[in-house]
Amino acid sequence: MKLHIMGILLVGTVATVVAPAAFAQSSPPSAERGRSLFQQKCQPCHGTEPSDMGHAMLPGTDALRIKYRGALPAAIEQRKDLTPEAIKVYVRRGTWSMPPFRKTELSDGDIADIAAWIRKTAGG
Amino acid sequence: MITRREILGSSIAVPAAGLAALSTAAAPIVAAAADAGAQVLPPGVTAAQFAQALREFESAIGKDWVLSSEEDVHPYRDHFSMLKDQPDELRPSAAVCPASVEEVQAVVRVANRHRIPLYAISTGKNFAYGGPAPNVRGSVTVDLKRMNRIIEVDERRHTALVEPGVSYMDFYRHLQERDLKVWVDTADVGWGGLMGNALERGCGYTMGPYRDHFSAHCGMEIVLPNGELMRTGMGALPGSKAWQDYKHGFGPDPSGLFAQGNFGIVVKMGFRLMPRPEHWRTGLITVPRRRDFLALVDVVNYLSDLFVIGEPLYSSPLTRLLGDATFRKAAIDFDEATMDRIAAANKIHSWQVELQFYGSEKTTLANWEWAKELILRAVPDANCFDGESLKVPVTQAQIEQNTRPYPAPYVSVMRRNVMHGVPKLYMWRSPGRTDDAPDTWNETHIGLFSVVSRSGEAVFDAQKAFADVARKARAGTEYVSSLLTPLNWHQSCFLIGNSFFGTSTRNDNSPEGKIRQLKELQQVLKLNAQAGYGDYRAPPILQDDVADQYSFNNHILRRFNETLKDAVDPNGILSPGRGGIWPKTHRKLRGGLRK
Repeated sequence: MKLHIMGILLVGTVATVVAPAAFAQSSPPSAERGRSLFQQKCQPCHGTEPSDMGHAMLPGTDALRIKYRGALPAAIEQRKDLTPEAIKVYVRRGTWSMPPFRKTELSDGDIADIAAWIRKTAGG
Repeated sequence: MITRREILGSSIAVPAAGLAALSTAAAPIVAAAADAGAQVLPPGVTAAQFAQALREFESAIGKDWVLSSEEDVHPYRDHFSMLKDQPDELRPSAAVCPASVEEVQAVVRVANRHRIPLYAISTGKNFAYGGPAPNVRGSVTVDLKRMNRIIEVDERRHTALVEPGVSYMDFYRHLQERDLKVWVDTADVGWGGLMGNALERGCGYTMGPYRDHFSAHCGMEIVLPNGELMRTGMGALPGSKAWQDYKHGFGPDPSGLFAQGNFGIVVKMGFRLMPRPEHWRTGLITVPRRRDFLALVDVVNYLSDLFVIGEPLYSSPLTRLLGDATFRKAAIDFDEATMDRIAAANKIHSWQVELQFYGSEKTTLANWEWAKELILRAVPDANCFDGESLKVPVTQAQIEQNTRPYPAPYVSVMRRNVMHGVPKLYMWRSPGRTDDAPDTWNETHIGLFSVVSRSGEAVFDAQKAFADVARKARAGTEYVSSLLTPLNWHQSCFLIGNSFFGTSTRNDNSPEGKIRQLKELQQVLKLNAQAGYGDYRAPPILQDDVADQYSFNNHILRRFNETLKDAVDPNGILSPGRGGIWPKTHRKLRGGLRK
């Protein structure tokens, strides 16, 4: 039997999903935390694995392939040109079919961590 | 180099601070439309009163989680609004983000003191149906995303209890990490949440009782408009262990009031989960003639209602023949004899349905054999093709579905992730760039579907009715509706899309084009109702139009709901207008959009 009932003492430790850490920005931004956040929040659309039904790319990656036509990488983890500030504008304002994300979904600190991860993976 | 326009798209105004941060050439800043930066207030509330309310919200839940700057409130607007940046865009004035039931109660009490309309969201991803945006411009959004606990999952009773902020992806990750042998039926786009989607009466793809997401709920905890806490079903009995086992409790069950309604803020919700099967099998059935669809639907209904199959996927390959002028004319004229003759000459069947079976390897095979027997009994020249036969859980490669289970030219249209309760964002390519249209996107992504009775005859009737509606709504329209195929998302009915002219403004994203689309959809909804068809769901911008469809006995249903609304929410603070239900405090706003 696997019955998972969270007692009061466990609340927030076992089954609370990634929660934005208010607005405090980790100092310095953590690429490792950014990796986890990227996997949960960005990768489902901007990852590098195939999509379904014969599509070679996930929707966000495919949209950037169409947009840049090879001038820039389609995968944002390979983008050297994305500054933390630019990433924050994309996330908070949305762009084209990508809707904006709220502070309850990604805090400013989370975005900085994701930017650090992208910088690391892109070799920037 | 990235230009500002590339970053921002065509219609988004950005705070100067955000733009200054971008290392970009001095491309002209996108001209902000008239409404983009304007302060928005709740109706009838002065700036001073609003400022006081914000201070009290801050006292209740903390300053960090009361968001009122343009930058912070922007993500609470509908990214796909047909009225984007217009003076009547349905956008909030601020957002509050409580982290507990007690904080939700405190927010409601502040709103009552200052007559501030609230609009509650859970994950805020209800795109195609208004996203996080409210029914009343200037509402304060209650963002429940921080309440994100998965309180219980029981793989023996197949139940769960969750808070509003839990997304399908969060929940799936929870199941995976613990190897829990249950599935949740997921929405197409997995960033949505269990609770919000169920309260929207969203639907999915697995077995009938689970893919009707509201029907799969079992027990709610609700903050009422006066701030009191209520539980439905067995949750109303202190100490009951059966809250997620029996949804009705005793006496009248008000649960339905909270779906597409505005009678309370649901802060916990129970669900029945589908046990993970051992095996998944698919099969394709084709029938040659147009009229064979009637028998096909009867057989599939029989199998569905005996819970033998999951969602069946109907389609017609005859769309391939629309380039043939004779066939096209026959399809427009519902000339069935000619359609059948040309289909036969081209060796193309008229209809197909792809079936899916959940169970063990042996039971799924036996059920598929039975399905074949039933259809061949009804339509002797039907064809049946074995599809996939996969051990569950399937692999990622199997989900990506690059195999072709049927012999050419037969194609599987099943998207396997949703058939297996695996939330993904695969479907999110639909509003975005395409290779065919690389420089535009669908800025008004919207879904509208009419409920149609679940028989072949009813589908044929609807096809003719919708062709007539299309002609009336836009003179000169030649709508080839005879190939419309029904969706069986909800087990008990069909849904057919209202996208007569396309629910996309991809070809005209101008403000005028979007408003033209809005007016056209309003007209379509009105004409549909005259033909006897109503929609199952709508964005706030069209909810009054859909509510108008349900007008039996001088709108007694709406009058009944509004009598209840005025009784439980006398200040009209909770999501006024949602579901077409307007409290007396805001009733004058009914139907006020672009009429």
